[in-house]
Amino acid sequence: MTSQITNNHSAHHHDHDTEATSKVVFGFWVYIMSDCILFSCFFASYAVLHANVFGGPGPKELFDLNYVMIETFLLLTSSFTYGLATLAMTKENKAQVMLWLFFTFLLGLGFIGMEINEFHHLIIEGNGPSRSAFLSSFFGLVGLHGLHVTCGLIWMALLMVQVYKRGLTAIVKRKLSCLSLFWHFLDIIWIFVFTVVYLMGVM
Amino acid sequence: MSAHHDVSSATGASHGSVKSYTIGFILSIILTVIPYFVVVNHMLPVEGIAITVLVLAVGQLFIQLVFFLHLSRSSEQRWNLITFLFTALILLILVIATIWIMWNLNYNMMEH
Repeated sequence: MTSQITNNHSAHHHDHDTEATSKVVFGFWVYIMSDCILFSCFFASYAVLHANVFGGPGPKELFDLNYVMIETFLLLTSSFTYGLATLAMTKENKAQVMLWLFFTFLLGLGFIGMEINEFHHLIIEGNGPSRSAFLSSFFGLVGLHGLHVTCGLIWMALLMVQVYKRGLTAIVKRKLSCLSLFWHFLDIIWIFVFTVVYLMGVM
Repeated sequence: MSAHHDVSSATGASHGSVKSYTIGFILSIILTVIPYFVVVNHMLPVEGIAITVLVLAVGQLFIQLVFFLHLSRSSEQRWNLITFLFTALILLILVIATIWIMWNLNYNMMEH
């Protein structure tokens, strides 16, 4: 009800902000949809090439499902904690936004650390991207997702600084809403990486 | 409360509640754990496992679209939904057609 009692000037200002935010967030959503197409090409090439191991090890020999399960839970939980940060943002609670963003950042960092560790082990054992077509497409697909998560983490760190310095202004909130879409989107992509690459790889 | 909800949903990214995020989180965990046990314990024949695992992944996709991304048929979300459906169509054509074409190519190029 409060928004209806505000005077004309601030109501107009508020409308302007929500309209701009609405356009920016929709534009960002369209970018995410185009990113989906990019990922679908990597999924398609993985689906075509995953059996071509060139005499080298296949998914069954290389993947440890328990390890990947921990990665999955880190990313899934980080998606949930980002949701809680979004809720704190609508309640104008700066301290809680910072707290949940920090948890999300740590979980995302844990995920990317585990992924780098996995890649490192594969490469030092001679199973790098140049070993076979299967491994090329594997590193391409999983690496592309990891690159997105890394970009998301850098963006999140910058936004934490902005929330801390500027507070929850309309523009900071708009950026938080865009990153929210991006972060949940990366979790959805990971579900399919987990399913198609890891679960279907070891079955 | 209702006016507040109107304002936040008009931004193109409605925000849900603690309850909706928690439900989404719990359902996602369930839909992650089930396929894991199906694969680890070889509970079905290989084709059965593949279908089960894919169906559960698509299920989790919808859970997260609804509970985390708040995609719905409401008027504020209509354009988000339309672009999503269009993307899904292109995505399916790309993936299915690629697999189809390359499988046929592989089949026809084999030495008989």
